[in-house]
Amino acid sequence: MGFVWFWIVAVMIAAYVVFDGFDLGVGILAPFVAKTEDERRILFRSIGPVWDGNEVWLLAGGGTLYFAFPLLYASSFSGFYLPLMIVLWLLIMRGASIELRMHIDHNVWRSFFDSLFFVSSALLAIFFGAALANVIRGVPLGSDNYFFLPLWTNWRVGAQPGILDWYTVIGGVVALVALVTHGALWLALKAPDELETRARRAATALWIVLLLVTCISLPATIAVRPSALANYKAYPVLFLIPALVVAALIAMVSFTRQRRPLAAFLSSCFYLVFMLVGAAVGLYPVLLPSSTDPARDITIATALAGPHSLHVGLVWWSIGLVLALAYFITSYRLFRGKVSAEAGYGH
Amino acid sequence: MNALLLDRIHFAFTVTYHYLFPQLTMGLALLMVVMKGIALRTGSDRWNQAARFWAKIFAINFLLGVVTGIPMEFQFGTNWSEFARRTGGVIGQPLAMEGVFAFFLESTFLGLFLFGEKRLTKMQHFGAAAMVWVGSWISGFFIIVTDAWMQHPVAYHVLENGTYEVSSFWGLLLNPWAWLQYAHNMCGAVVTGSFVVAATGAFYLLERSHEDFGRIFLKTGVIAGLISCLIQIFPTGDMQGREVAHLQPTAMAGMEGLFNTQKGAPVVLVGQPDEQAQKIDNPLAVNDVLSFLIYGTTSAEVQGLNSFPRDQWPSALPLLYYSYHIMAGLGTWFLLLMAVAAFLLWRGRLYRAPWVLWPILLSFPLPYIANTAGWMTAEIGRQPWLVYGLIRTAQGYSVHVSAGNTLFTLLGFLGMYSVLTILWIVLVYRFIRTGPQAGLHAVPGPEPTTLTTV
Ligand code: HDD
Ligand code: HEM
Ligand code: HEM
Repeated sequence: MGFVWFWIVAVMIAAYVVFDGFDLGVGILAPFVAKTEDERRILFRSIGPVWDGNEVWLLAGGGTLYFAFPLLYASSFSGFYLPLMIVLWLLIMRGASIELRMHIDHNVWRSFFDSLFFVSSALLAIFFGAALANVIRGVPLGSDNYFFLPLWTNWRVGAQPGILDWYTVIGGVVALVALVTHGALWLALKAPDELETRARRAATALWIVLLLVTCISLPATIAVRPSALANYKAYPVLFLIPALVVAALIAMVSFTRQRRPLAAFLSSCFYLVFMLVGAAVGLYPVLLPSSTDPARDITIATALAGPHSLHVGLVWWSIGLVLALAYFITSYRLFRGKVSAEAGYGH
Repeated sequence: MNALLLDRIHFAFTVTYHYLFPQLTMGLALLMVVMKGIALRTGSDRWNQAARFWAKIFAINFLLGVVTGIPMEFQFGTNWSEFARRTGGVIGQPLAMEGVFAFFLESTFLGLFLFGEKRLTKMQHFGAAAMVWVGSWISGFFIIVTDAWMQHPVAYHVLENGTYEVSSFWGLLLNPWAWLQYAHNMCGAVVTGSFVVAATGAFYLLERSHEDFGRIFLKTGVIAGLISCLIQIFPTGDMQGREVAHLQPTAMAGMEGLFNTQKGAPVVLVGQPDEQAQKIDNPLAVNDVLSFLIYGTTSAEVQGLNSFPRDQWPSALPLLYYSYHIMAGLGTWFLLLMAVAAFLLWRGRLYRAPWVLWPILLSFPLPYIANTAGWMTAEIGRQPWLVYGLIRTAQGYSVHVSAGNTLFTLLGFLGMYSVLTILWIVLVYRFIRTGPQAGLHAVPGPEPTTLTTV
């Protein structure tokens, strides 16, 4: 049961990153590729009908975490109190900026929300990356399984780290670059003409940076957390996962060169998924490692909810997931194809 | 201020603010289905435009419901971690189900409803509206199941490590408290929706603009309002009262300000509870009524607060008493107003009766107050328990989050929500000013860009 629920939560987090990831990326890219009001509209139109559904993966994932691993939910959410609250505020600002900018046709109003959209999207990407890096690095868990982290201490990876240290900053940068690239590939797929070209160029340029930061992040992770290799050493077949990460990276750039935007975008999805799966394999069966004493790690065994809840949960969760996928397919099919620039502006 | 108190204020503020939006969207969703249904049956374009107009207001409120709801989902972990750890095995279930079954459905079909009018057939578009309604009501159901378990825990057992687990999935979903609470609460959402629609109609008629829409809105709002206000008091409010008296007698004693156990207990209509002297000042009370409402006979004995140890009394007694009286008082006013309006509507005189249109217009904030007061009654009445009879509130908060940090984020939410409130008022006001006709001129239909553009 623990194994199953570990991977269910991992899948939901991965789905969140893949889906909401591209609209975050679009937000970060916006000021650099969309020069005119028309282009900005296209950009918003490409994510308009789907961003809210994408964000639901975060909620559903959070809810599933709460119910399958209550101790992990309780400990990590209270321990990461400040960054989590900041993430919530950013989500509020971002949602508001997407939906409210159209309502008043005034350039000050619009510029304000455009900037807010950019800032909140970029900070969210960085925070999500740093959060994952915090989980990999470990936190100073007490004997009661709780902890509390300040935003930063001395920027070193030690026994008493802050949310931000050199390692988690790398995590934030990786996420930022990966999601902007992801967003650029989405735009290359959805946007017409000029905007498509610019998005494609951006993706190609960003790709080199992505390659670079990915290459930095792997040795950094092993340096910070040598035990991340344990599962890989025990089952060498798992080294396939980093190989797939590399393959997806190569596919991303070659499909972009060949002007096959859908394939390029899907490669980017696979890149994100394999990066996350790689991290999950490195952690398993630990959920939140302790930075002081491995005996205090929060593991699947210590955090798992009672067996009856989990059995029942498996039934409704499967039904729910099938339904959710059906909704997603309906909605993405209905709004498939390029977003057009001509189709009126609503006034 | 200590951390516990701040955590309580933090939760109370954010959830109260959040609920300002779902109460409208849940009520409005139903009324929009009705409008779409009438449009479908009669082929009337007017009703379709009416639905389109409310869809815009719905979308803004939905957005605010979404962005203020996300913090709620995480606050159990951030500010109530001990509570989350111990009860996750039970209430994590409905919360996760809400995400999986309701939010996906809602967000998808709202997208179809708002953007799809040209891509879907009339019937399909009606279907999308209906699904939005179903989604929002399912979401309400799961959150009420969560709350109901805290009010009246059922179907659980304790594991070795002191945490709780559901022992029966259906037992949890069929918690009798949940169904009654659901009925009363959803009906309360329809009251809010009806009053907002009716007040907008009254405004247009008083202003003498968009009058044909004014009549449609007023009619819809008044009929739905009369029905929902009736159900709100009888049977749902009445039954809730009896249930609280049986399952949370301390809460009932606090709500009624009944300090002493007595036979033929009175209902206090007006009066101020004096906690020190343990009596009601300036009482205007009707004897025997409380006994009758709860037990069906005027002579039955009702337990007062003095029958319970002091450490089990609800901590904010006067607030509990006032909340309950405000809710019930407003409920009475709503029924009176809607009954008069419905009578005039039936006689065909409502549209020309400013002496009723004015009160309808001015009453639109009151259902928000009644719904908030109702929740304050429920939540404060539950004190000092976090989960009634199982976990005390003081045992549930996050001890490792200092009071300073909680205050910081509380202030952050206060600031952020003030800004949201201003944006919300400005935008809704603009929609109402522009009026339902605006959509008329958009001939070849603009391709909408985001959720809230229609
Ligand atoms: C428009 C809103 C509205 C109106 C007019 C009323 N209520 Fe209400 N009431 C609610 C909105 C509400 C609510 C917000 O929906 C609550 C909070 C929790 C719940 O289930 O419903 C509630 C709870 C609630 C409770 C439960 C408190 C607890 O759980 O401890 C009782 C006993 C009543 N109501 C009784 C009444 C009576 C007797 C009313 C008539 C005069 C009345 N309500 C009108
Ligand atoms: C339906 C889901 C809800 C759940 C699960 C829930 C849960 C909680 C929790 C955990 C607390 C903090 C602990 C406490 O002080 O008791 C609380 C307090 C409170 N909640 Fe709720 N709540 C819900 C809905 C609401 C709504 C809709 C409102 C108001 C509109 C509300 C109003 C309050 C208030 C006023 C308090 C403070 C009580 C006090 O400090 O004495 N709650 N609730
Ligand atoms: C502790 C209390 C609560 C939590 C954790 C919570 C959680 C949430 C979340 C996360 C959302 C955003 C959904 C999205 O992204 O689509 C939301 C919206 C919503 N909530 Fe709440 N909520 C709470 C209280 C309530 C209450 C008391 C109700 C009413 C019964 C309610 C009804 C809704 C509805 C209908 C929506 C849909 C959005 C809308 O229509 O505005 N919520 N809630």
